[in-house]
Amino acid sequence: MADLRNNFVGIKSPNPFWLASAPPTDKAYNVERAFKAGWGGVVWKTLGEEGPPVVNVNGPRYGAIWGADRRLLGLNNIELITDRDLYVNLREMKQVKMNWPDRALIASIMVPCEENAWKAILPLVEETGADGIELNFGCPHGMSERGMGSAVGQVPEYIEMVVRWCKQYTRMPVITKLTPNITDIRKPARAAKAGGTDAVSLINTINSITAVNLDTFSPEPSIDGRGSHGGYCGPAVKPIALNMVAEIARDPETYGLPISGIGGITTWRDAAEFLALGAGNVQVCTAAMTYGFKIVQEMISGLSDWMDAKGHRTLDDICGRAVPNVTDWQYLNLNYVAKAKIDQDACIKCGRCHIACEDTSHQAITQFVNGVRHFEVIEEECVGCNLCVNVCPVENCITLEPLAAGTLDKRTGKPVDPNYANWTTHPNNPMARQAAE
Amino acid sequence: MGTTQSGILHGRLPLAEYEANFSDLHPPLDKHEALVAADRCYFCHDAPCMTACPTSIDIPLFIRQIATGNPIGSAKTIFDQNILGGMCARVCPTETLCEQACVRNTAEERPVEIGRLQRYSTDVAMRENKQFYARAAATGRRIAVVGAGPASLACAHRLAVKGHDVVIYDAREKSGGLNEYGIAAYKTVDDFAQKEVDYVLSIGGIEVRHGQALGRDFSLADLTEQYDAVFLGLGLAGVNALRIEGENAEGVEDAVDFIAALRQSKTKADIPVGRRVVVLGGGMTAIDAAVQAKLLGAEEVTICYRRGKEHMNASEFEQDLAASKGVTIRHWLQPKRIAVKDGKVAGIELEYTALEDGKLTTTGETGIIAAEQIFKAIGQTFQASGLGALQMESGRIVVDAAGRTSLAKIWAGGDCVLGGEDLTVSAVAMGRDCAESINQALAADAPLASAVA
Repeated sequence: MADLRNNFVGIKSPNPFWLASAPPTDKAYNVERAFKAGWGGVVWKTLGEEGPPVVNVNGPRYGAIWGADRRLLGLNNIELITDRDLYVNLREMKQVKMNWPDRALIASIMVPCEENAWKAILPLVEETGADGIELNFGCPHGMSERGMGSAVGQVPEYIEMVVRWCKQYTRMPVITKLTPNITDIRKPARAAKAGGTDAVSLINTINSITAVNLDTFSPEPSIDGRGSHGGYCGPAVKPIALNMVAEIARDPETYGLPISGIGGITTWRDAAEFLALGAGNVQVCTAAMTYGFKIVQEMISGLSDWMDAKGHRTLDDICGRAVPNVTDWQYLNLNYVAKAKIDQDACIKCGRCHIACEDTSHQAITQFVNGVRHFEVIEEECVGCNLCVNVCPVENCITLEPLAAGTLDKRTGKPVDPNYANWTTHPNNPMARQAAE
Repeated sequence: MGTTQSGILHGRLPLAEYEANFSDLHPPLDKHEALVAADRCYFCHDAPCMTACPTSIDIPLFIRQIATGNPIGSAKTIFDQNILGGMCARVCPTETLCEQACVRNTAEERPVEIGRLQRYSTDVAMRENKQFYARAAATGRRIAVVGAGPASLACAHRLAVKGHDVVIYDAREKSGGLNEYGIAAYKTVDDFAQKEVDYVLSIGGIEVRHGQALGRDFSLADLTEQYDAVFLGLGLAGVNALRIEGENAEGVEDAVDFIAALRQSKTKADIPVGRRVVVLGGGMTAIDAAVQAKLLGAEEVTICYRRGKEHMNASEFEQDLAASKGVTIRHWLQPKRIAVKDGKVAGIELEYTALEDGKLTTTGETGIIAAEQIFKAIGQTFQASGLGALQMESGRIVVDAAGRTSLAKIWAGGDCVLGGEDLTVSAVAMGRDCAESINQALAADAPLASAVA
């Protein structure tokens, strides 16, 4: 059996699955249920400063998009940080941590960008016995209008400043949660590192409007006929999150900085992908909000079974394994040639591969062969773009098969060159650099 | 030979036709089909399907594990609750259990294909001979299990996991009980029952002694003397008699014998069947016999049941299956006399029945159906000797909620107990739960480890 125990910046949990700071972690009641279901840790829903709590809208807080069969693919929310009294939260956190000493309990915090505000709240949190803090620099709605959340996360200098205060005023590990609503995710990550953060977590939600009501012309979710952008999350954001995690993992300036991966993680496979791209653990929210806390059982068994099947013993065996394989476009091997291949036994003859290729790509898939409806790759035309693979409704029916070195590429009429060669040395590149020797 | 020749004959069909007729009723899902089917599961909370399953398999979880590409983990989820999950996937009347409860029925009148998905995962794991359980440290306790059917196998496996040694006594030549002898051949092809027995026994610590019948070769007292506990998982060996004229004529047979013979035959071509066949009864056994008689090449097969369609024990699906194979099901007919010619069955006289004030009566009107072969499927009885003073009621063993009988050290489950449901999956649940109860009793009974420092 694979060992799923997780040690993230010194914070130990029995597995790498934490619940992200969000509605599921707003109260002891929910968190206790989560721990009973098997979650390794939680990041408690963001605490604000002492005083009257924030208020939420009293209409819809969530909007969504769905795939076929009404499968929830993307969720958007306009809920703010916890709207419960600070001391109620602190008291519950302390009790929960006492009840569940083996689980990770992290406090998410968002207070104004003033040193005294952070100085005031940190000892209160520390007193709960929480294992660490997460700085919410990501919330993209409501709080950002008040100079907090993503308003901080979009200014690297502010990030560095607040992280530094936190490192100064608490012994707890500091995790800086980043907003994706920024052009280059490396900048805030570098700033957090410069401020001394122990880790970053990402992504927070993405600015979004999920739909427009065409009767009332109100964006969704609609509050009395008007709407505001919300934070987008769920399976739809996973590719964006994976890229941002990888960007930080492979940036020389932040290389080695621990990352808690967040963004659309729904299955064990999603989690494994985040870990492979350099995350030290993962945080989940939408999957739990869609299916309930029990979903973690599938994640635990799936990750464990996959690790067993592949011979990986601990999380260290997989974390970051894909990072060296993430590179810039200019370093991709231009001598690698692959062609689409259609498994005629698996083909159900829907014709989607043909029309995708015919209308929008390279005219490399037949429609008729000898007068019979038949879909087959024309190797002379196929550039190996993978579009047909992606639009085919049957998995593994169309595959992209690499051509072995030396075999004839019927499109170019040349044998496949066995040597690696990329754009930097390509003759068509006006900037082509000569070999260094 | 053909289907129209009179008499009870074997080899009515070309060999290839037998093969086609007795192939898998529900062919296995391939990976693509499994993923599409799994995608339809909503991962319901407190799922009705799970509640409907007598073994309480975590169905939403195992289906989600299929959907996420983890059929091995899925199989473990199934086996954790039901070590005979492979056979149950094939023979469970899912249409009255899990699939009837599926919430998709409400929306689309088409449930998630839970049974076939369960088969998909368990097939993958068993094909890879994936073993999920290791035996606990040996306890030194020995338990006798009587019968080698579903209840007994489930019980023996769970006991072996707990570190106990088990000896199974079974009267037949092969293990499996009804799984091996009592289920229509097209529901479990490719000798699956024996493969499953091997898979279950591979846990180790279980010895099977065949040809050993309770009351003939040993008594219950022998077992309680030699073992720390006993589990009785006996099947129903007796068949109800018609008690009408002509019952002993050549051509009147027990449906269960016919079904067993079919299962033991490799080709089915050696199993004789009449040109015109009448099956008496309204349960699964009647359907299994009737459908298979038709598949063997009988020209005309009629099920006669003495009550209405709504009273039949056979599920709607089974009735439809029989109809689709060309079996005629007639209701409100009770056998009155078997017509015999030269010592052989020539037909059966039946009398119409009706319900009057909730009581079944005959109307006096009769009719005759010509037949060369008549199968009796009007119920089975528990016939066991050597049970000593064991408390019985209505011909079955009385047990409490934990499966304990009236005698110390003896548990029982499956068809032989009062309240048994006549389902493989219920038998598995009872066997499993008895093993837990036996384990608890033995643990409580065990001398405490010395506390002296």
